Amino acid sequence: MLPIYRADILQNLPQSIDATTALLASEGYVADRALSTLTFLSLTLNRPIFLEGEAGVGKTELAKVIAKGLGRKLIRLQCYEGLDASSSVYEWNFAGQMLAMRNGTEQGDIYSEKYLIKRALLQAVEPHPSGPPVLLIDEIDRADEAFEAYLLELLSDWQISIPELGTIAAATPPIVIITSNRTREIHDALKRRCFYHWVDYPSREVEREILALKAPEAGAVLQAQVVDFVQTLRGQQLFKSPGVAETIDWAQALVELNCVALDPQIVDSTMGVLLKYQDDIGRIQGSEAARILSEVQAALVQGELSRA
Amino acid sequence: MIESVPTRISHPTPKLDQNIMLFVRLLRAIGLKLGSASMLEAIDAAKTVGVADKDFLYHALVSCLIKRREDKPLFDQAFYMFWQNPKFHERIRDLILPRIKAAGHQQEDVEPMLRRLSDALANPPDDPPTTAEDVEIDFDTEGTAADTDRLQHKDFEMMSAAEMRHAEQAIANLQPKLPRRSARRSKLSSRGQLIAMRAALQHAGRQGGMVIPKFCSVITKPRPLVILCDISGSMEHYSRIMLHFIHALTSNHPQVSSFLFGTRLTNISRQMRHRDVDEAVQSVSHLVDDWSGGTRISASLETFNQDWSRRVMGQGAITLLITDGLDRNRDDALGIHMKRLHKSTAALLWLNPLLRFDGFAPKSHSVRTMIQHVDHFLPIHSLQAMTDLTAILAKMQTRRDTKLAEWQAAARRASLAADLAPAHAKEPGYAQERGHTA
Repeated sequence: MLPIYRADILQNLPQSIDATTALLASEGYVADRALSTLTFLSLTLNRPIFLEGEAGVGKTELAKVIAKGLGRKLIRLQCYEGLDASSSVYEWNFAGQMLAMRNGTEQGDIYSEKYLIKRALLQAVEPHPSGPPVLLIDEIDRADEAFEAYLLELLSDWQISIPELGTIAAATPPIVIITSNRTREIHDALKRRCFYHWVDYPSREVEREILALKAPEAGAVLQAQVVDFVQTLRGQQLFKSPGVAETIDWAQALVELNCVALDPQIVDSTMGVLLKYQDDIGRIQGSEAARILSEVQAALVQGELSRA
Repeated sequence: MIESVPTRISHPTPKLDQNIMLFVRLLRAIGLKLGSASMLEAIDAAKTVGVADKDFLYHALVSCLIKRREDKPLFDQAFYMFWQNPKFHERIRDLILPRIKAAGHQQEDVEPMLRRLSDALANPPDDPPTTAEDVEIDFDTEGTAADTDRLQHKDFEMMSAAEMRHAEQAIANLQPKLPRRSARRSKLSSRGQLIAMRAALQHAGRQGGMVIPKFCSVITKPRPLVILCDISGSMEHYSRIMLHFIHALTSNHPQVSSFLFGTRLTNISRQMRHRDVDEAVQSVSHLVDDWSGGTRISASLETFNQDWSRRVMGQGAITLLITDGLDRNRDDALGIHMKRLHKSTAALLWLNPLLRFDGFAPKSHSVRTMIQHVDHFLPIHSLQAMTDLTAILAKMQTRRDTKLAEWQAAARRASLAADLAPAHAKEPGYAQERGHTA
């Protein structure tokens, strides 16, 4: 029988939605109402979280923040095409076993824990001193569909069977966060077991809060300009709109360049931080960027005036 | 389990259970696929967050009952109507519980119901016929097997709006099998042709050193697909249905790049990846502004060759060129750009709705030029043609079909006979021509 966790480890979960928001905020993650509700529910009801959204909107970050906030271990499984059980669950150390057989040094069973190489999923169901770990299954859409089917069993029973060794079950399920970039549709059976959330680009206010947390060196004026500029870009039918990660990168890049407010030249020369497709850059760079910038500046001044 | 989780038995508001159950049934009626597990989960969640704050309740229900992003707008409308409008609440009770025909509610316009919700309620998906009236509807020719059969061969141009909707539905259900190519890597298989050394040795380790050969076979991967679709005036009746077709291909295939061209080239690959076809078509119509205008085939192909070809034509891509090939301005560079396009793709399929006419002959100058550089020349004017196309794609032969050779010969003869073409129009080599113009 595996050890059961001490009660105090499990009790440090947030007790309300506001407490969840505060927990995420304490680690520098600004979550909106929907996401904190979802996180709270998932922590209290022991359900996995399934996050979908464009690249760079903070899906992976949520897992990291929850792990840090709760003081749990983060186990990350990066999915890719051809991911199989031996690289995601466990593998026997064949070389070690063969050597042991040849030398005759092994007295006991060669199928013992000593020769078991534990991969991410097996690590996640094992007990950890700091409490049930946070398991991040990243970009599941890249893995094969067969892998989803395997996950179904794990996510409902929280156990892994190893034919030579027996079944290993989790005393308390880990906190599971699954992310997907939507390059293909994930099967409903898997989604059904999870709480689903579409992570959208943040609103203007939320994005300003994020910048204030992540790039505090940038002045208030620069932050406001950066956010407004990026928000306008997202409405421009680009091939790939900039995500929050790009906004933060851009603000930090501008700080490095000792920039206190945006001007057309600096926007043009740092456009590569924000947009990653040549066509998008070609469309925005130059006169279009200058136009957006002047609009943004005008709107900000307008806002100042109306407040004063 | 943690003790603070409220159990399903003790709860303060017994009515909440019923309301959530009713709400879930409403969601089912408008097309969301929800099992009873989701409903129990929703009740649990609602109790965990409490009902004091409507916002909390909303987000809690969203997390349990939404499993796809596309369902969110419908859910929002339903939530708004159900939890904020007591009159609607009563009506829903009448509508859903006895499952009477939902059409009646439209007369009483107490509150204008939001469009998608009322649409969904008016035609509940796969609702079994309960009254005699419903059974009668089944005798209507619409939607019967014979009707579908007739629709199969009907030209899209001749279809009524209702038939078009049927056709769009049929295209969504097409599930085309797409061309594949062999990959570099192989997978274990007992009937494989190749010996898998690594697996054999690993197996030997498990078996105590006895090496038994293992076999593997080459795996195949889908070929990337590139679609260039004409949306000019002459293709007007086809462009919408083609978007549906492109969407069907995109949702069944990991690597489809699609482009529309009229007077300029637009990449719509990303828009087409929307799961909801209506939303995809909607966002394309916002993006593209040269609908039903003129055609500049040559210039569009040039743009494609220059800007996109190298990026999307990798890994043995197959190109579908959907156009009637009619270009009023005679552009002598057309042959060069077609040749370039043909050379950068594994196979170039020209899908031409004009092929619906039996007596099709490559008469116009642009068609005559283009037909020299394609591997397949196929019709795309009806559902049947689309089905045939997907069959051809599934077992993609790079060999040209015989009918095409006839057309090409005819086109060559016509070009010679006309003999109007000055020397420079006879397609000199691409590099040569480029050097000439540069």
